[in-house]
Amino acid sequence: MTAPRTRKAAIIGGNRIPFARSNSAYAQASNQDMLTSTLDGLVARFGLQGQQVGEVVAGAVLKHSRDFNLTRESVLGSRLSAATPAYDVQQACGTGLEAVVLVANKIALGQVDSGIAGGVDTTSDAPLAVNDDLRRVLVQVNAAKTLQQRLKALSGIRPGQLVPDIPRNAEPRTGLAMGEHAAITAAVWEIGREEQDELTVRSHHNLAAAYDRGFFDDLLTPYLGLTRDQNLRPDSSMEKLARLSPVFGRGEGATMTAGNSTPLTDGASVVLLGSDEWAAAHDLPVLAHLVDAQTAAVDYVHGGEGLLMAPAYALPVLLARNGLTLQDFDLYEIHEAFASTVLSTLKAWEDPAFCKEKLGLDGPLGPIDRSKLNVAGSSLAAGHPFAATGGRIVASLAKLLHQQGPGRRGLISICAAGGQGVVAILES
Amino acid sequence: MSDWYRDLANSGVGAALTRRLGLPRPAVLRRYTPGDPLLPGPVVVVGTAGGRLADEVGAVLKEAGVTVLAADAAADAERLGAVVLDATGVSSPADLAVATTALAPAVKRLRSSGRVVVLADPATDAASPAQAATRQALDGLVRSLAKELRSGSTANLLLVPAGADASLAGPLRFFLSGRSAYVDGQVVTLSPAELPAAEAAERPLAGQVAVVTGAARGIGAAIARVLARDGAHVVAVDVPAAGQALAEVANEIGGTAFGLDITAGDAPARLVEHLRERHGGVDVVVHNAGITRDKLLVNMDAARWESVIAVNLQAQLDLTTALLAADGLLRPGARVVCVSSQSGIAGNRGQTNYAASKAGIIGMVRAWAPEFTARGATINAVAPGFIVTEMTAKMPMGTREIGSRINSLQQGGLPVDVAETIAWLAQPGSAGVNGQVVRVCGQSMLGA
Repeated sequence: MTAPRTRKAAIIGGNRIPFARSNSAYAQASNQDMLTSTLDGLVARFGLQGQQVGEVVAGAVLKHSRDFNLTRESVLGSRLSAATPAYDVQQACGTGLEAVVLVANKIALGQVDSGIAGGVDTTSDAPLAVNDDLRRVLVQVNAAKTLQQRLKALSGIRPGQLVPDIPRNAEPRTGLAMGEHAAITAAVWEIGREEQDELTVRSHHNLAAAYDRGFFDDLLTPYLGLTRDQNLRPDSSMEKLARLSPVFGRGEGATMTAGNSTPLTDGASVVLLGSDEWAAAHDLPVLAHLVDAQTAAVDYVHGGEGLLMAPAYALPVLLARNGLTLQDFDLYEIHEAFASTVLSTLKAWEDPAFCKEKLGLDGPLGPIDRSKLNVAGSSLAAGHPFAATGGRIVASLAKLLHQQGPGRRGLISICAAGGQGVVAILES
Repeated sequence: MSDWYRDLANSGVGAALTRRLGLPRPAVLRRYTPGDPLLPGPVVVVGTAGGRLADEVGAVLKEAGVTVLAADAAADAERLGAVVLDATGVSSPADLAVATTALAPAVKRLRSSGRVVVLADPATDAASPAQAATRQALDGLVRSLAKELRSGSTANLLLVPAGADASLAGPLRFFLSGRSAYVDGQVVTLSPAELPAAEAAERPLAGQVAVVTGAARGIGAAIARVLARDGAHVVAVDVPAAGQALAEVANEIGGTAFGLDITAGDAPARLVEHLRERHGGVDVVVHNAGITRDKLLVNMDAARWESVIAVNLQAQLDLTTALLAADGLLRPGARVVCVSSQSGIAGNRGQTNYAASKAGIIGMVRAWAPEFTARGATINAVAPGFIVTEMTAKMPMGTREIGSRINSLQQGGLPVDVAETIAWLAQPGSAGVNGQVVRVCGQSMLGA
């Protein structure tokens, strides 16, 4: 049997809603509301009303139990054909990019000709779970067959059980907030406050400039009165950031502030993919192709590696498979979960010892041209609704590469909770 | 928005009351919905000796299945949907007697939302002063008759120069139909043109691509809906900040949303690129986007002045120039329709900037018409009068009521009335309408 012929999936375009700060503009919007509206914006942009695409793949990190079929329900509420299949995925902050990879792979194999990938998250309309002790009692009550059994089960309720389980931005296995983990990594790699603030200022300025030149005119659809990312501070400066006190890490060495860390954010993004033939048949542009992708995971619990360092491990595998070096890219998109995460990752790739001992390479991957990094801003300025970040980055990078002309290459690196990471290559 | 006064005047008690008090009695206008017959009643065609358009008129009426009654039909015959006067034969003032001998008896028998359409040669083409005087006299006749008609009836004058007879069908259909509900007392001059052999009555824009600017709400959204109803794929354009409403309009009509600030330096290039890449070309362009920044001139700052001129006038010039220059982008038979305003004709206190921009559009359309003719295309303007929108709903009630009543139809128009007129100008059958300014104002007293 011969291997099936594959084709590279085309990135045709994208849509997202402006990202809102938690408990603000989108406080009353659910994940399904945001994802549906974002899909409808994409439908309007590309004239997909009533059309069936091969598959819609999306997910949310913080999800209500009622949203078990979130993506399919959003499709049903959208202007897409109700005959469009959908499924949910979840890989923490890697969700959006992983969804893109999944759709692209099915296109590559010829299993579908088109698809939409995306993600959504709300930290405002977050699910509150019943206290676990109370939940057990209620399950027993439900299972009880007689009134007597029911009353007996109900007698197990205690006042302390009325405190709900609130979702936390913390790792279940360490109990540490993601920022605390990042602070440990920042200390290991000796990432200074100033360089973190510099990266943050650049993110805000790049994003503001992109808005000003109309870059997002065909990547974004306003939602609930918001026309730009709410977290964006066009006048951000080193002086202003210097005034902020550290919120993660301890004592003298604490460098991570609310400014150089991403805030909790609400939002959604989607990306339209298809085969070249499908795009041509629909008179739609091809901005770029997804060349390849790689995931990796690290043992941050016992293995001594940083929680958010997995992309550092995924990259060399991806480069080797594609015969590329880290310097062979025209643009880099490294998700700014924290400024220190970006800087730690870059420093690791430059470090001969890390590259040799941890990555098993002969030499360091080396530095990148920083002027090619996150040129239209990234999560520090835009915000980071976990599952929506991948779609934001893929659509923006595809457009940036397209604007530079054919044959341009871009690298995406996204770290995720649970010690995971996703990296991918796009080419115009 | 409902017209409470019109509804009152058409209710049992209200009708008696308004009649007794001699108050205005605005009618519920006959508006077009797909599938409607051209006219709700029969037609009488009257003419003078030497009139040459009887065949063209007869063909339109026959194709539409309209019953044509003899001018001297029994007085108890069915009430008329329309009267058409072919006055192309007039040459001396004595010929105008047809007004009382033939036109008046037929007008008397008009039903509500009836139509009077007068066809004549332009006075400018007359062979003698007497002929010119006679032709020009019709102008006064029609405008006055339009003011006399009641119950939602309209009177309009179509000037058909020699050689333009074939251009008559489409415009005649429009002025007879419910599409022209709020177009009254207007004079439209036709020109010779290559006409399509046949046109789909229900979907005349089938297969065409239409761009509508300012399409997220109000009149622009109505234009997008009507063009889509008539078969066009609509590229709905508005500022990126209006994207959510724009997407809703596009999704409702099966069109596409294109966020674009039309005043941006690269806007023409982006529009051209978008149309070329996604559609290969464009058939209909409706320049509807407009803003108001009202102030008395003495209190007006530069920003108010410049923003209105930039959006309402300069952008129309820049986009049209770019579309004309883009090789092959404007398809043969393309239609450009520019939204002017009554303010651009009559002026309006507090609107020097707006009126300047809207008058400028009229100059632009007239100047460009010959170049469009050479391409087999057309460019026209519509000038809405008092149109009931979210914007007028915010006006103080007194101002709004007066504004909406001072026209022959005694009511404000609806966004769909503007849209229907634009959709008519966009039709292939409107090839002989070029460089015209059609007011959609119910024969407003302002600037008449």
